[in-house]
Amino acid sequence: MDVRTDRGAGGSLLAGMDEPVVRFENVGMRYGVGPEVLSDISFTIAPHSFQFLTGPSGAGKTTLLRLILLSARPSRGLVSVFGEEVSGISSDALTSLRRRMGVVFQDFRLLDHLTTYENVALPLRVQGRSEASYRAEVVELLRWVGLGERMHVLPPLLSGGEKQRAAIARALIARPELLLADEPTGNVDPQLGRRLLRLFIELNRLGTSVLIATHDYGLMDLVDARRLVLGNNRLRVEG
Amino acid sequence: MSEGATLERAPRAAPAADLPPALRRNAPLVPTDSSASRALAAVIAILTFLAALCAGAAEIVASSAAQWQGAVAQEVTIQVRPNPGRDTEADVARAAALASATPGIAATRPFSKAESERLLEPWLGGGLDLGDLPVPRLITVRLGSGTPDLAALRQRLAEAMPGVASLDDHALWLSRLSTMANTVVGVGVAVVALVLLATGLAVTFATRGAMAGNREVVEVLHFVGADDDFIAREFQRRFFRLGLRGGAIGAAAALAALGVGGGLARLWRASPAGDEIEALFGGFAIGWRGYASVVLIGVIASIVTGVVSRVTVRRFLD
Repeated sequence: MDVRTDRGAGGSLLAGMDEPVVRFENVGMRYGVGPEVLSDISFTIAPHSFQFLTGPSGAGKTTLLRLILLSARPSRGLVSVFGEEVSGISSDALTSLRRRMGVVFQDFRLLDHLTTYENVALPLRVQGRSEASYRAEVVELLRWVGLGERMHVLPPLLSGGEKQRAAIARALIARPELLLADEPTGNVDPQLGRRLLRLFIELNRLGTSVLIATHDYGLMDLVDARRLVLGNNRLRVEG
Repeated sequence: MSEGATLERAPRAAPAADLPPALRRNAPLVPTDSSASRALAAVIAILTFLAALCAGAAEIVASSAAQWQGAVAQEVTIQVRPNPGRDTEADVARAAALASATPGIAATRPFSKAESERLLEPWLGGGLDLGDLPVPRLITVRLGSGTPDLAALRQRLAEAMPGVASLDDHALWLSRLSTMANTVVGVGVAVVALVLLATGLAVTFATRGAMAGNREVVEVLHFVGADDDFIAREFQRRFFRLGLRGGAIGAAAALAALGVGGGLARLWRASPAGDEIEALFGGFAIGWRGYASVVLIGVIASIVTGVVSRVTVRRFLD
């Protein structure tokens, strides 16, 4: 499988939407008074682009994703998401930015007391929509990711691959403009990993910007996509 | 999920009828069934029970005091002291006549000498010859519907029989009774307020505990786009339900306790113990106002629980 993706704004099907989805300028990040875990990070994620974020374990991939997700604030530099500079952002604006993103966590973060159906429906439910208004959408997506027969099951009873697909379905249900995935294939066999990758590429073709954090070079080699490589606290862009 | 599947090919609008009938679709987002929840519901139930009992007791005292006051305020007493050289019987008759002549007096009833002596029996014992003792004579005067001018009656009695006849309108006793009843009601209200405050504090700590215990849930809710208000509402809903359960159990237990107490008081009515209870409480019944206040305390406890949890969550998230 060798797939070309829409790389960067140049491949965009939609004109006039070339404002970066994410822009980092000289961003530094430290926890407390410790040393900087990220230094002078500058990059952009263009609309409809597909890229990998890679680097050795502990290089700061998850920290970088947290900065994009706005769950951590940079120690210095400028982070803007969907054209909005995030320092001093209001709580309401933060919520509306997050609603435009989907995220797949490495450890899935499914809520164990909710059924698969309820977990996948969560992003729509927190928007205040009634259950009847999104039922068909959720069932459709669950069937499409192969969880049609497992929608009543609680996450602790799902296999690793099923949890992965439930987490991905939850990230996709609200049709995000930006999808962030942290090691989305880390817990599944290579065959399922490839199928999930195809899913992300399909999403990207439909217009979602995708950033996949992984250190699985075998997976990255399947796709001709830009690579953001973290190492020694700095970021290098390849491709 | 097939290898070749695409988003465009995904089946359109699956009919809702295909859903498994037992599928749970709208479970509370904050887990509800935990030992901490049960403990909090128990604490709210106990506090509500105590507050409701306290309110019931205050209501019994207040309504009994009101009955006593109503009964006592309908009567005044004229006391005629025996005076050497005066005809006490004539003084009694004259005082009764003066009272009867006053507008607004419904009836007068002079106590005979024998009746007056009998009034002393509880203190002096029976079988005594009290004939030589100057026992004061009493006339009970029942007031009518109007407001008789008691000051004028007192004045006339003092003028007609100076140092012999005096009027007691029970004002001192009534004011003491009223002070006692007000104090009991005030203490009851203060205890109810304290118990509600304690409920609020217990809920604050429980909410903080629940927030800490559900940190992951809160984080996921934030990531999927929930705002602080939505999260606070979810916690409030959970705690309001707990409060409602605790409040209902506590109020029901208090109603049952008051009902059993009333039943026992009725059973014992004929016995000496029943007489004592009757004398103290004037009938162990709290009436609809008492029952309503017990139910109201249960409802207030639930509302306090919901509101306090919401405020606590908002502060926690800010």
